Formats: sequence, C-alpha cells, structure tokens
Amino acid sequence: MQSIKDRVAIVGMGCSKFGERWDTASDDLLVESCYEAFEDAGIESKDIQAAWFGSTQQSTGQPLAQAIKTEYIPITRIENACATASDALMNACNAVAAGIYDLVLVAGVEKLKDSGVGFLTGGGAPPSSQVTPPVPPPAQFALAANRYFHRYGLSFQEGKRLLAMIDVKNHHNGSLNPKAHFQREITLEQAINAPMMAYPLGLFDCCGVSDGSAAAVVARADLAKSFRKDYILCKGFGLAVGGQQGQLRDYYDFTHFDETVNAARMAYEQAGIKNPREEVDLAEVHDCFSITELIIYEDMGWSATGKAKDDIESGFFTLEGGLPVNPDGGLKCFGHPIGASGLRMVYEVYKQLQGKAGPRQIKKADIGVTHNLGGRPGSFTCGISIWGRRD
Amino acid sequence: MAGIVSYGAWIPRYRLGKETAGWGLPIERPVANFDEDSITMAVAAGMDCISGFERDAVDALLFATTTPPYTEKQGAATVAAAVDLRRNILTNDTTNSLRAGTLALRSALDAIAAGSAKQVMVTAADCRMAAPRSELDQAFGDGAAALLLGDNGVIAKVIDSYSVSEQITDFWRAEGDDFIRTWEDRFVFETGYLKVLPEAVTGLLRKLKLKPQDITKAAFYGPNPRRHGEMARMLGLKPEQVQDPLFGKMGNTGAAYALMLLVAALQEAKPGNKILLASYGDGADAYLLEVTGEIEKLSPRRGVKTHLESKRTLPDFGTCLRWRDARKRTEGPPPSVSARWREREEIDRLHGTKCKSCGLIQYPPQRVCSRCHTKDSWESVRLSDKKSKIFTFSLDYVAPSVDIPLAITIINFDGGGRGLFMMTDRELPEVRCEAPAEMSFRKLRSAGGVHNYFWKSIPPRA
Repeated sequence: MQSIKDRVAIVGMGCSKFGERWDTASDDLLVESCYEAFEDAGIESKDIQAAWFGSTQQSTGQPLAQAIKTEYIPITRIENACATASDALMNACNAVAAGIYDLVLVAGVEKLKDSGVGFLTGGGAPPSSQVTPPVPPPAQFALAANRYFHRYGLSFQEGKRLLAMIDVKNHHNGSLNPKAHFQREITLEQAINAPMMAYPLGLFDCCGVSDGSAAAVVARADLAKSFRKDYILCKGFGLAVGGQQGQLRDYYDFTHFDETVNAARMAYEQAGIKNPREEVDLAEVHDCFSITELIIYEDMGWSATGKAKDDIESGFFTLEGGLPVNPDGGLKCFGHPIGASGLRMVYEVYKQLQGKAGPRQIKKADIGVTHNLGGRPGSFTCGISIWGRRD
Repeated sequence: MAGIVSYGAWIPRYRLGKETAGWGLPIERPVANFDEDSITMAVAAGMDCISGFERDAVDALLFATTTPPYTEKQGAATVAAAVDLRRNILTNDTTNSLRAGTLALRSALDAIAAGSAKQVMVTAADCRMAAPRSELDQAFGDGAAALLLGDNGVIAKVIDSYSVSEQITDFWRAEGDDFIRTWEDRFVFETGYLKVLPEAVTGLLRKLKLKPQDITKAAFYGPNPRRHGEMARMLGLKPEQVQDPLFGKMGNTGAAYALMLLVAALQEAKPGNKILLASYGDGADAYLLEVTGEIEKLSPRRGVKTHLESKRTLPDFGTCLRWRDARKRTEGPPPSVSARWREREEIDRLHGTKCKSCGLIQYPPQRVCSRCHTKDSWESVRLSDKKSKIFTFSLDYVAPSVDIPLAITIINFDGGGRGLFMMTDRELPEVRCEAPAEMSFRKLRSAGGVHNYFWKSIPPRA
C-alpha cells in the first residue's frame, strides 16, 4: 500500500448554483459545473482521458458522456449513498496516482426536486418482506441525538440550543455565498422553535433537498503547474464502509460514528497529520443534520469526546474561530444533491486554499478537509479527503 | 384425567370511557389498537400462557374466533409460529361461532383422550364491532384467552361436558358485514340465549348428579349485563357463585369471552373448587372443572387480572374510528411473499443468532459473527419473550403513520441482542432512553391482500 500524498492535484473546479432549478435538467447542471471546471483549468472536454461520474439516480457513465459530449472515453459511474462524490473523486485520484491517466474529470449531479417531495424519503428499495420499519433520515439521526443528550446529561433545551448554534453558524456562512440555495441568516429562536421533524430535530436542524452539480479536473501532480500556478494537492483520502455493525453489536453507543473515525485515521495518516485540531485549517463536513455535524467534531478529533459543547459555545468552528467548519454554508444552505455534495465541499476548500473565497475567506488556509457521510447511525459510508497548497 | 395445565390472556391497553370525547359513556370498554387483530391478540394470550412451560411439548395449536383476518388462510399457523411452537404440530382454526372457544376446547380434550396429542394450546380472540354507542357496542370488548391442556400437572381437571346445537339466527354477520346483525330483542333472548344455555348446564349437572349449590364459581357467556344476571337467577346461582362478567370493564369479548372469564376465575381459585364454564352461540357448551392442588405451584402469569389493571383511556373517539379505519385499510403493493417466507424465522419467531465462539447475539440472524468473524457457528435464540430497554429512540412527525409521531426504538434485550422496532401502545413520556420495554406481535399493515405481521416494542404491561 502507498500513500496518495502529493501525487495528484486539482487544476480546475466548477460548481453549479444549487437550489430549486425547475428549468434545469441534469444535463444542464453537468454542463454548468464541468464547463466552469474546463475553463478554470484552461482545457477542453476532448483533453479529458477518463471520467468518474457520481449519481445515485442515474446509472452507467453515459449521462455524463452525453451532457459534455466526450467521445468514447472510460467513464465509471459511482454510487455510495451520500459519499458518492467523495468516492468518485478518490477513485479518479487513485487512477491518476497509479499513472494510468494524466488528466481526468470527476463530476457529480442530482436532480432531487423532480421527485415532488421536500425531504429525503430514503429512496426505492428492491422487493422485500416490508417488515423493516420506515425510518427516513431525520428519524435515523434523531436516534443519535437522543442518545447523545442522554449520555452527556443535556436537557432537551440545552441540546436544542447547541444544535441551533450550528444551524445559525451555517446559515450565516451561506448568506455570504452566491451559489448556495439558501442565502439568509436565521436566529437561535427560529431554529429552536421550528416545527419538529423527528424529535429532537426541527426543520432547521435538517438540510434541504436541492438540485446541483460540481466537477473537478484532476491531473498528475508533476504536470499540474502546466495548467495553473495555484493548483491544490491531494494530501490523503479515507473511505470507510460500515456493515451494519451498529445494529448487530448491542454495545454500539450511537454517540459516535466508527466510519468517520476510521476514514479520518486513514486520511490523516496519509497526510501525516498528527494533531488534527491544530493542523487542520478549515473543513467542509456532512451536516445533513445539526447533530451529525456535532458528532463529526468529536469523531474527526477536533473536539474531545463529549466535549463538543465547549467548542460550539466558544465559536471555535465559526468563520472567525480556530477551525472554521462549513465556511460555504454546508449542506444546510446548499441542500444535498447526493451525487454532487462531496465535490461541492472540495470546491470550497479549493477556493479557500487559492484565496478566492471572497467574504468567506479564512486567513490561514493551508490544509482543508472534506468529510462526506452516507447511510445511517449504525451503518455508514464515509469519504474524507485532505488538500493542501502546493509548496 | 386431562385438564388445564396453564392459562393466559390479553386485553388491549386502551379503553373507551367517560373521558373519551365523542363517546363518553360511563363505562370502560377495551378497544384494540390499529395494529391489533384476532391473530395478534391470540399470540399475546398464547405468550402469557406458555410462560414458564416448554414450547416443544405442545403438540397442537387451535385458534378460535369469529373475526379471522383471512377468509382462506389459516390463522392458527401464524399464531403457532409467533408463539414459537414446533413445526410438526396440528394447527386448526375454529370460526364462525361465538362458541368457538369452548368448541376448540372440546377438540383439544378429545385429542388428548384419543392419544393424538399430549399437550394442546387453545387460543381464542375476537375483535367484533357494533354501531358506535349502541347497546351492543356498550357491551362489547376486544380480548383473547389461551389455555394449555394436558394430562400432566393439571391445575383444573375437566370432569365432563355437555353440548347442545341450535339453529337460530339471533346474532350473526354475513360476508362483508362490519357490524353484528340481530333480530327483535325478546325473540333473540327468550328463544335463544335464555333457553339454550340453561339446557346445556342442566344437562351437565343432571349427568353428573350435581346441584347448583355444588358449584363454587360459574364462568359463563352473557350478551349484556341484564341478560347475564337473568341467567344467573335462572340457573339458581347466588351472587357469590357468579364469576364477575366484567361488563363495563372488559365486556363481551365474543368467542374469547367464556374462556377469559374462566381465566379470571382460575386466578382466584383454590384447590377443590368446582368451576362451571358455559358458552353460547349456535347452541351451548357446558363444562365442569375441578381445581387441583397443582394450581398453587403454577408460576405467575398476567391472565385477565393484570391486563384489566394496565389501561389508558382514549382522549377522543375519533382516534378509535381512525384505528378501525386503519385496520381495514389496504395500501400499496404486497410484500414479496418469497422474501417474507425466507425470513419467517426472524420475522414470526423473532429468532436471532448467538455466536458459539464469542456469545454475541445478533438480530437479524447473521451467518458471520460481527464481533469475532466466526462463520456458520451459531444457535438460534428467541427474542420475543425477553425483557428489554430502549437504548435510544426517535419520534418521527413526518411519517405517514397512523400513530403520529411514529416512535422508533433501538431495543437492547436483557441477555444480549439489539433490534430496531416501532413502538406502539405508547404515551410519549414512556419513550425515552433506558425506559423498559417488551415485545408484542402486531399487524404492520395490509397490502395487496396480505396482512403483514411483525413485532413491535411496547411499554411493559406489568
């Protein structure tokens, strides 16, 4: 086994406007993100040697080929629930690091708004006995929230307030981002008093459902400077896939996610990061629900176990804090077009490392982390990537 | 001599009562939840009955009801699987008559006498409906009883019985009818109940050369409080000899009624007591039982008493109507019958697997152990009768469920094992981390003509 560190670079990225894109089809979203990436990298679609396509709705690599008019190149379609885009990016980077390709494209897209429902329902399933209880995502993550509150002695009010602080932070960041679906601030009261979705999670504790696409042009690190000066380098990847351990093991505690812990360990090791809290400058994480982000703080080694509360209250994860998390507004403000989210996270890290994040710019932005999580407490797929500026 | 070896019962948790807005009658009437039916209630009574006894020793399971969920598909097979009895047993339904409970009892005793079975479980359950607030509605209740019959360790010997058959259309339902049909009161009672049931009782007493005074307690069917009282006088019984018919508390539970009153009687009986059991419907059955010293050795069970005490009043009648509606509703495509059959051990019997190497209990069953990774080295373990705690939960306010919010619980079983189950029969304060729970067999939904059953968690009834 070898580390991916400093072997691949991103030389161009694109990101569509996320939101209710009623008049935009999946094709159009892919053209939007991929052509921004081509322009950013100074290339054309015919320069791409292979592509990886992240989509949970569409099968085969053909929809991407059709949208951007590639001519018979290898395209692999990847699906790994909410970690789809991270997984697609990792595979692309592995192929380039292996020396099989020099220049590849990764693109993710999802058209969730055509489904006619305002929240993720959990999707269609193969024929079954139908006895498994229907537990949509808010109810799944509420299982973690209730146990977390119980374990650490948080009253309902105390817990709601902590979660609300995360919602308020992300909305503030999103209000500074023209590509976000939601660009308005909210107050703690609005978050705390919002209609209950799955106790204790209210409307504002849940990310929305949106359309969107994002894309990255990946090149061999030693070729990267021929495309641009300010490329970013991949420092490490982690992908951890659970197998329902949380349900099968009656000793799983529901207050941490082993998949995050394992994927983080892989990525940090490849990147040579020993003290994540000090060495990571910014992070884009999977805030499908506020409780998810809270638990991520601990699982990523940024807050001590059971102590996320202290860091949330001190503002450690805000734009002005020691480790800004979700500076672009997160899933909270971008919604969650499943196949695109992981790449949208990398887009923000890319812009921050290049100093192009405008009003959201973080002063010290040398090492950025993305964290992408699909599944449910007890069984997840977690994809983590770490990026740094060229030396 | 053969007789009763054990007993059990089930009464749904919820009641219509004085405080039920839109109903408000000054009595209590148990109503089955939206996810209960005659099969689920029979399972609950059967679980109560078999508690403390060897399941593998049961050679037959009989299911008696006038409200079977299927017209063509045996209920007893499902009840037997959920109670987790052996496969190579006789399962049979007795339906269509209010006497079904005591008729099944006759079959059970005959099988034991003939030597074709050593132990037989009889379950009886009913979920009958009448027009809301009508006289019948006030007298009815939903419930179930279960008896284990055998010839070893008998707590109440069945001395003898006497049956009369009568072709009369006094209370009936035709296919497709929701509510009971009946004829003029005076005809129905004077030529039906009040004439026929005494025939069976006097026939029995004469046969045994006994007088009414010889009876310690009489547990017998009655359509309503007034007629039940009239019958007691007609049979020459004094008030203290009459087993409380529980009108206004439990009510007439149809095919289960007489057996439930018998269970109530057994819960207070002393050795030597002579108990008269009588039931009515298309004729009448009368049985004489004598309680033995074994009754004092019987391990505790819930029976009728515990379920009477563990209750909640529904705040509004609309909820009850929504439940009745939901029970009849059919939605969406059927489950994959082949998948459901393949998973029948884990679904009907709630079997998990216990690793022989490290002892981890896993649910659903797994070939490979999640902890030590040993492959194909496990034994089945039943989780349906285990006490448990809620490890964590969620309350889903958006789910299209009948019981909003839908309570989802991660259940940790005492002794090991964990599962994710919906929680029913619950008030919100009872759904919290570390709260106690137990399992209950319920109907999830009907879809494509298939009634889909599975276990849910409930707050413990005791």
